[in-house]
Amino acid sequence: MNLTLYVWRQKGPKEMGKLEQYEAKNVSPDQSFLEMLDEVNEELIKTGKDPIAFDHDCREGICGMCSQVINGRPHGGQDRTTVCQLHMRTFKDGDSIYIEPWRAKAFPIVKDLVVDRSALDKIQNSGGYTSCHTGGVPDANSILVSKVAAEYAMDAAECIGCGACVAGCPNSCAMLFTGNKVAQLAALPQGLAEARARVKAMTEAAKECGFGNCSNHYECQASCPKGIDVKFIAKLNREYIKSLLP
Amino acid sequence: MILDGKCPTGPIEKSWDKHRFEMKLVNPANKRKYKILMVGTGLAGGAGAASLGELGYNVHAFCYQDSARRAHSIAAQGGINAAKNYPNDGDSIYRLFYDTIKGGDFRAREADVWRLSQVSNNIIDQCVAQGVPFARDYAGYLDNRSFGGAQVSRTFFARGQTGQQLLLGAYSALCRQVKAGTVTMHPRTEMLDLVVVDGVARGITVRNLTTGQIESHWGDAVVLATGGYVNVFYLSTNAMGCSVTAAWKAAKKGAYMANPCYTQIHPTCIPQHGEHQSKLTLMSESLRNDGRCWVPKKKEDCEKPASAIPEEDRDYYLERKYPSFGNLAPRDIASRAAKEQCDDNRGVGPGKRGVYLDFADSINRLGQSTIAARYGNLFEMYEKITDENGYKQPMRIYPAPHYAMGGLWVDYNCMSNVPGLFVLGEANFSVHGANRLGASALMQGLADGYFVIPYTIANYLVTVKPGQVKDDHPEFKKSVDDVNGQINKLLSINGKKTVSEMHRALGKIMWENVGMARSKQSLNQALKEIPALREEFWKNVKVTGTAGEFNQQVENAGRVADFLEFAEMLTRDALHREESCGGHFRVEHQYEDGEAKRDDENFCYVGAWEFKGVDKEPELHKEPLKFENIHLAVRSYK
Repeated sequence: MNLTLYVWRQKGPKEMGKLEQYEAKNVSPDQSFLEMLDEVNEELIKTGKDPIAFDHDCREGICGMCSQVINGRPHGGQDRTTVCQLHMRTFKDGDSIYIEPWRAKAFPIVKDLVVDRSALDKIQNSGGYTSCHTGGVPDANSILVSKVAAEYAMDAAECIGCGACVAGCPNSCAMLFTGNKVAQLAALPQGLAEARARVKAMTEAAKECGFGNCSNHYECQASCPKGIDVKFIAKLNREYIKSLLP
Repeated sequence: MILDGKCPTGPIEKSWDKHRFEMKLVNPANKRKYKILMVGTGLAGGAGAASLGELGYNVHAFCYQDSARRAHSIAAQGGINAAKNYPNDGDSIYRLFYDTIKGGDFRAREADVWRLSQVSNNIIDQCVAQGVPFARDYAGYLDNRSFGGAQVSRTFFARGQTGQQLLLGAYSALCRQVKAGTVTMHPRTEMLDLVVVDGVARGITVRNLTTGQIESHWGDAVVLATGGYVNVFYLSTNAMGCSVTAAWKAAKKGAYMANPCYTQIHPTCIPQHGEHQSKLTLMSESLRNDGRCWVPKKKEDCEKPASAIPEEDRDYYLERKYPSFGNLAPRDIASRAAKEQCDDNRGVGPGKRGVYLDFADSINRLGQSTIAARYGNLFEMYEKITDENGYKQPMRIYPAPHYAMGGLWVDYNCMSNVPGLFVLGEANFSVHGANRLGASALMQGLADGYFVIPYTIANYLVTVKPGQVKDDHPEFKKSVDDVNGQINKLLSINGKKTVSEMHRALGKIMWENVGMARSKQSLNQALKEIPALREEFWKNVKVTGTAGEFNQQVENAGRVADFLEFAEMLTRDALHREESCGGHFRVEHQYEDGEAKRDDENFCYVGAWEFKGVDKEPELHKEPLKFENIHLAVRSYK
């Protein structure tokens, strides 16, 4: 099939960007979206033009590196799918496809479709851990965790840190991302001791990074390539309120 | 030269404890004076940087990804082994040790493997304390599953995302140290040279991938945890950015590369579907717990849908050939068996390069919901890629390059032959011998990072004065000039072929001649084609843009240039090793039934290669392997 692409091109963080038009020819339905872009880039390189810069690495939907808004939807809007796992069979011959970077104040553009997501690391650094020392821990089976709690923690821990939740939210809110870690560790006995300090530090860090607040649009859940539930934002709120009580 | 791994002597059970006591310590007050450079933030690098930071060292950690959390350890699915014996099924440290030595086809060091088995239990404790949500039973205890190459259930797992959860655990420990100020992170930074002063590793030269700036960092020790090199085959299960570059730059500065021909081809990957493909996708081998591998008995059945082939016309070849291990035969054996069936024209799917992995029996026995709970994400992934429903029709799988057992040579302390240069995880060669068992890579990465390097690095650091050589030394400037020189050269060629085309051409040479079955003839063929391709690369590659900017073409060109040099060393190693063992299969050396034929008399050693210059033959150094606890025996899974 043949497609027309409109791709956001921007030389650097301070330059002006704009959508440019490209043709993608003879695209196979079995190709992934990124393999389609690879071929467009090969053509650009051969004609001496600057290829489209985009982040990608594992190409199996787990590293969280790929980050593109396709036709207005982070990761293209297919249920539980990252850009790298999106396949061309979901498009039709003659389609026009608009490709843009994550857009959020906290994610400045590096080049074209590549953004700087170090703000997410800053949230993690502020308290997204248990303070256990290497080696100084008890036997694994001395800490019993109910299956329900373990599964709940795992549901939250599936987050790949791609930032689609922020890109999809009209407020550029990172509460689903933050809530995932807060909820995972608050559900487990190992994380309880620091739960209060953790939720305070992480929400404070998110605010400092320039992320907005939740106003219940649920776009984060719809954008999340792992389908993570907004219930973890509710959990974040509960944990936050708990931390204010004596 | 005969190399010495400096392994502790005496009873193996006491070897690590004794060695830990004998090693020297750095005074707590002095630790912060030592600067350690950690390259790579996967399981080994992330865990190592966090643990060294916690001890009080001044750690700088580097990764090419935009965050430490994205290293390719994250993609490991199935699980992590430990000798906990929680299921009471007869496991022990000794059994894990035995299985790993045997699984590696008797080409690993006993002492290193013992240590790995011993600390495996500490790893699980550590991860649980970090909040890693391992699978649990209804009583709240940790759950286990079985895995290839073992007859006990010793694998801990977190759904099909064990690597992700373990890496996020290590990453969280790293975050804690970043906040504490002991670790400084340098994301989007790629190591492009090792700085060696008077034979000692003193620093690295890196490219800031955002700005294109080349800069140097000095350190009292350099630790490489930079993963494996199977992207030398172009199509592999590795991430697109995985490369040999950091290890190869170290090799060019004098570090020996050990057993590079030991590459693992993983049996359960989704078959290739076209020429434009950029990578292959792995599905956890835990699928083989409940899936049965088969191909049609008759060639003429291969075109038919699987459901049209009656039970009696199916060849469950792994169960037939290896009745005691069946579908859980080790990876090298399962991969070769799949290739054999396809070579016999009984493969299925496009190009007939595929075998069935069938869950029908398990679904009938356990119900679809149980299978979905165990492997749901894998079935989902399979359907996204192939547009086929694995619950309704058998999956199709085919082997793909996955892991490098070979890597930089290190002694028992994980230090290379270059003093001050340490190598951890997949980047070193030490514990997997000629074949790695499933769920052991995560174990090794975390063992090296949490429980080995924090002890062994001190033993080296006490011998050097902190900050003895800094980046004002002329070697640092020379290194920066060399790196700039190579980048400018790549940009100036302005030829006709893209970097990807060159990489694909190299991959084709390697897969066809140095892949799952190697012969003297195919290896010699590769040794003719690789230098020719390398020459063409340096005359005809086209790299666009400039050096001083975010430029993914410059990044890739450098990585492919290194693969083009390294590929030759890998091939030479395969040619010199006139035996078959583990992942290295020479068609000249097999038993009548097609099993690998080892030659312990002549090849029971680690082959460590010293780089002597591009277009020059490397020099072979040997480290003899001694088996004092486990007797050398023919590896049988029948």
